[in-house]
Amino acid sequence: MISNLSSDYVFLLAAILFALGAMGVVIRRNILFMLIAVEIMLNSAGLAFIAAGAKWAQADGQIMFLFILSMAAAEVSVGLALIMQIFHQHKTLDVDELEQLRGDRK
Amino acid sequence: MILVLLIVVLITGGILAWLIGYFIPNASKWIALLSCLIPFLITANLWQKLSYEIILGESSSLWLIEINTPWIAQLGINFHLGLDGLSLSMLLLTFFLGTMAILCSWKEITAKQNFFYFNLLWVLSGITGVFLALDLFLFYFFWEVMLIPMYFMISIWGSERRIYSSYKFFLFTQASGLLMLLAIIALYFINAQSSGVYTFDYDQLLISTAKSPYSLLIAIGFFIAFTVKLPLFPFHTWLPDAHSEAPTAGSVILAGLMLKTGAYGLLRFVLPLFKDEAIQISNWAIVLGVISILYGALQAFGQTDLKRLVAYTSVSHMGFIVLGVFSFNELAMQGVVLQMITHGISTAALFILAGMLKERLHTRDINQMGGLWTLAPQMGSIGLVFAMASCGLPALGNFIAEFLILLGAFQTQPIYTMVASLGLVLSAIYSIRMMQKVFFGEYQSTINDFKWREKTIMGLLTIAIVFVGLCPQPIITMLQSTVNSSLKLESKQKLKLESSIKQQIKYIKK
Amino acid sequence: MENLIWLLPALPLFGFLLLAFLGSKFNREAIAFIGIGSVSLATIVSLYLAINFISSPPENGFISQTLWQWMQVNNFKVTITFHYDALSLVFVFVITFVGALIHLYSTEFMAHDEYYSRFFAYLNLFVCSMLILVLADNLVLLYLGWEGVGLCSYLLIGFWYKNIKNGIAAQKAFIITRIGDTSLAIGMFLLFKEFGTLTISEISQQAVSHSSSSITLIALLLFGGAVGKSAQLPLQTWLPDAMAGPSPVSALIHAATMVTAGVYLLARMHTIFELSPAAMHVVAAVGAATLLIAATSALAQKDIKRVLAYSTISQLGYMFLALGVGAWWAAIFHFMIHAFFKALLFLGAGTIIEAQHHEHNMFNMGGLKDKLPTVFKTFVIGSAALAALPLISAGFYSKDAIIWYSLTAQNGSPLLWLVAIIGSFITALYTTRMVVLTFYGTSKTSLSYQPGVRMHIPLIILAFLSVFAGFIELPHNFGHVTLFSGFVGKALPTTLLKIEPSESLFQLIAAIVCLVGILLGWKLYSSNREKVIDLESGGLFKFFFNGWYFDNLYKVLFQQPYFFLARINKNDIVDKSNDVIVGISSWLSNQLATSQTGSMRWYVMGIIAGAIMILTLQLVL
Repeated sequence: MISNLSSDYVFLLAAILFALGAMGVVIRRNILFMLIAVEIMLNSAGLAFIAAGAKWAQADGQIMFLFILSMAAAEVSVGLALIMQIFHQHKTLDVDELEQLRGDRK
Repeated sequence: MILVLLIVVLITGGILAWLIGYFIPNASKWIALLSCLIPFLITANLWQKLSYEIILGESSSLWLIEINTPWIAQLGINFHLGLDGLSLSMLLLTFFLGTMAILCSWKEITAKQNFFYFNLLWVLSGITGVFLALDLFLFYFFWEVMLIPMYFMISIWGSERRIYSSYKFFLFTQASGLLMLLAIIALYFINAQSSGVYTFDYDQLLISTAKSPYSLLIAIGFFIAFTVKLPLFPFHTWLPDAHSEAPTAGSVILAGLMLKTGAYGLLRFVLPLFKDEAIQISNWAIVLGVISILYGALQAFGQTDLKRLVAYTSVSHMGFIVLGVFSFNELAMQGVVLQMITHGISTAALFILAGMLKERLHTRDINQMGGLWTLAPQMGSIGLVFAMASCGLPALGNFIAEFLILLGAFQTQPIYTMVASLGLVLSAIYSIRMMQKVFFGEYQSTINDFKWREKTIMGLLTIAIVFVGLCPQPIITMLQSTVNSSLKLESKQKLKLESSIKQQIKYIKK
Repeated sequence: MENLIWLLPALPLFGFLLLAFLGSKFNREAIAFIGIGSVSLATIVSLYLAINFISSPPENGFISQTLWQWMQVNNFKVTITFHYDALSLVFVFVITFVGALIHLYSTEFMAHDEYYSRFFAYLNLFVCSMLILVLADNLVLLYLGWEGVGLCSYLLIGFWYKNIKNGIAAQKAFIITRIGDTSLAIGMFLLFKEFGTLTISEISQQAVSHSSSSITLIALLLFGGAVGKSAQLPLQTWLPDAMAGPSPVSALIHAATMVTAGVYLLARMHTIFELSPAAMHVVAAVGAATLLIAATSALAQKDIKRVLAYSTISQLGYMFLALGVGAWWAAIFHFMIHAFFKALLFLGAGTIIEAQHHEHNMFNMGGLKDKLPTVFKTFVIGSAALAALPLISAGFYSKDAIIWYSLTAQNGSPLLWLVAIIGSFITALYTTRMVVLTFYGTSKTSLSYQPGVRMHIPLIILAFLSVFAGFIELPHNFGHVTLFSGFVGKALPTTLLKIEPSESLFQLIAAIVCLVGILLGWKLYSSNREKVIDLESGGLFKFFFNGWYFDNLYKVLFQQPYFFLARINKNDIVDKSNDVIVGISSWLSNQLATSQTGSMRWYVMGIIAGAIMILTLQLVL
């Protein structure tokens, strides 16, 4: 068992990881690294769930982590497939080059 | 039951026309014609039967025929239809013009026939519902039913600028419909607060004594909703576009019937439900009505597109309706209903004529017409009859209507009426300008005269307008009780008495 | 006999319906037969009714027949009822009789016209409407006839519709008379407000005991209607242009019958007018001003039909002068005589124009005296009546009565008398000018056609009447025959005199003025034609020629502003308000669209910023 104090540290770690992940998504230009950053964010959330489950002695936290894990696996596979496609079509992984999301402004 | 039948025939007729039209393209128009003629005959028969009752004074209730069953009971929404003299005359007009609209699109509509007739019949069913509904929610429901198929009719079968026009039409009516919905809901809650009964029922709301500081706003909500449809002066701009771009049948139904739902709403809801508020806004309404009369006439004079011209004449004529409604006078009120009927007939005829000209000449520009009398004297004569009808020549129906409106309005609002009378001069100006540009002068293009189908349509319309012009008395008698009840306060008390008796009977039955 | 009244309008209506629906199936003889037949039958009915009415006058002075209930709302009740009394009798007789003659004339006049059946259909419809007008028992029915004749007038002026000028003249006539009609309609609204009925006899009964300040207003509004229809000042401008129609139309509608509807209206509503001396003064003043303006305008016209048109306006001015001063029967008498001689003159003019390759300009005519002898003789008789040649012409007796009453009757005054006498001098002058220019001098245009018997018969009958119809009413200082005033007096109030100077003296003055006018005219115009043209090239004549520039005035005041407004506002300025809403929406949409950069980074930033904002809010609140 870990003490209350230590669980607070885990939360703090999760928050820092989340922030780092978010920073990574925002700052990184390479889409592959952005994906990794998203993974970090997901895992930070998972960590937070586990810590919370441990703190309140509930199984829900671990269940949620399993969900996140499986979802992250699916997300990575879909994401990697998309990245492959993007690289095939545009020959680059730089997001700034890929401003396709912008609508047609009249 | 017979009232439900009227709507059901149209709805099923529409679906049948759509489905069968996939397999036998030409069957849909026959189905449409049939499912419009059946309600027409039913209503005509009803008219004959009920006019005796009215003359003998046998009908004790305001509603000659009524049907009332719960629909969404949790919210106090009933399927409540009721027929009185006003709705009966409007229904007769609806089915008459509906038949004409179907006949005039016989050859004009070639693409997606089945869907066209589906839409046409559904518009008609919506209009029928509007003229019959006595539950405000149901009324709103039908109000929307008539709007959407009309939107399709304009946007699919219209002419060049059809998309713009159909959007405009849709937005205007939808926005005004929203105002009405808000007003209805507000009315619903205000009534519930005071009486504890959640109901949309017209009869119940009519006797409700609930007063609230918002009732003026609610009344204005209804007023705007109906006058956009009518349309009154600042809200009229959707009309010329919608009318001129719609296919002939669409223009006929728009001008002949849909505008009348606005007038009907004023008569049925604004006056009886908001007596005091109506008096409060009457001056503004009349001013706008008078402006409509003159402005519409001026604009009609300036147009070169034949259908736009006729559309602006509608604005002018509908101004008379507002003037009549808000002068609170029996004569004027009778005139208003007659105006609804006769304007329906005469404008429908003019639109059909414009449609026929367009079919032959492929233009609506009156500068490219001229001298058509030489080759098409029958067309010219009919054009003359209805041009004269629209400028209020006696012996034609519109005269009776406009004369009664002005005569009645003069008793309470002499100054405004005198200004409105200038409309008689201006209407003469645009009418004969139209005649001159289209039928007189040197002829520029070859044209065929009427064929038998067109002759039938125009013949029937002419007979109708002359009949109303010479013998309007049956209609006036039919309308008497409605007009009285929408005007007088004592009848409100009588209604209260009646409904309390009804409720007592219900308790006894329980 | 009361069962026969409905036949009067019904017969021409039947003729109209037959011609309108089956006209293309008949040959010309059948069309002419139906056209004349229906009106002739109506004439026979009217004669029968008249004889019955005179031989056994009904007790209360009128017969009425109700056909059906037109409309009834509350206390407003209108029936289709015909009211036949002495006043209606005179009008019905003139309408049917002159109408029948003009129909007969038209069968030859229009013989080669493309639209033979349409012409007779319109004419029949006109006779029907006019009869309804004069037989109506209530003002609404009268208004039906009133508008009906307006419509027929419009259609017949623009009968040859291929020429755009005819169309413009027709539109002008319709719109200007419509202004008067609107005034009449407002008058009716006010009448209903005051009296609660529009039945004429009921109004008359109530009016006597009615003291209301609005009576004058009612009278003036009704008079407004008459001003439009009868082409009085200030709405007189349509009538000269109305000559674009075929000549028989000008004879029937724009001389004999329709334009006198205003006279009929005032005579019919005399109880209202009697209650308002102010309105009577206005009527007299308008009549006097009109007769002078129109007479001077007639003096300068070159088109023979326009001379006659202005003279019609002028003679109508005499009638309104008579009505205004209270000489009711004199107005009606002048109406009848005027119908005879003016129809005759128009028919004669039509024949002349037809016989000279459609030449309207009198300066291109001349020397027709020997070429068209019958036309010449009848035309001279008609002109004598128009100029009121003393003693032998009917016009003298009717016009003299008016001139006399304009001085002596209740509302008469020396000024009115002076105007009337000057008018009579100018009338004599322009009539002589017309006759001399047309028939004397050297021939300018060759004759294309000799009129036949169907044109001559109406001319001869009307010429006969233009002489002898005057003898049924002679002044009391010689002859003293009061057949007409005695008869019409049953339906109209008697003319009261306020002063009685020697009538003979004033008759003598009138006669001398007229003779001087004729002689002066003869002297001026029978001389060298170049001199005449010289004489008329002055500025004053130009002013007269253009009808005192009323047309130009109205063009600037009303027509051009209205056209301008309609033109600039064709696309509807109100529609622009929608564009404002549309503009705001699309501007906002554009603003929001700029946030849509397409850069992934921005979107993630947005998400994070939003999340932080929500969390902060959660913590703070």
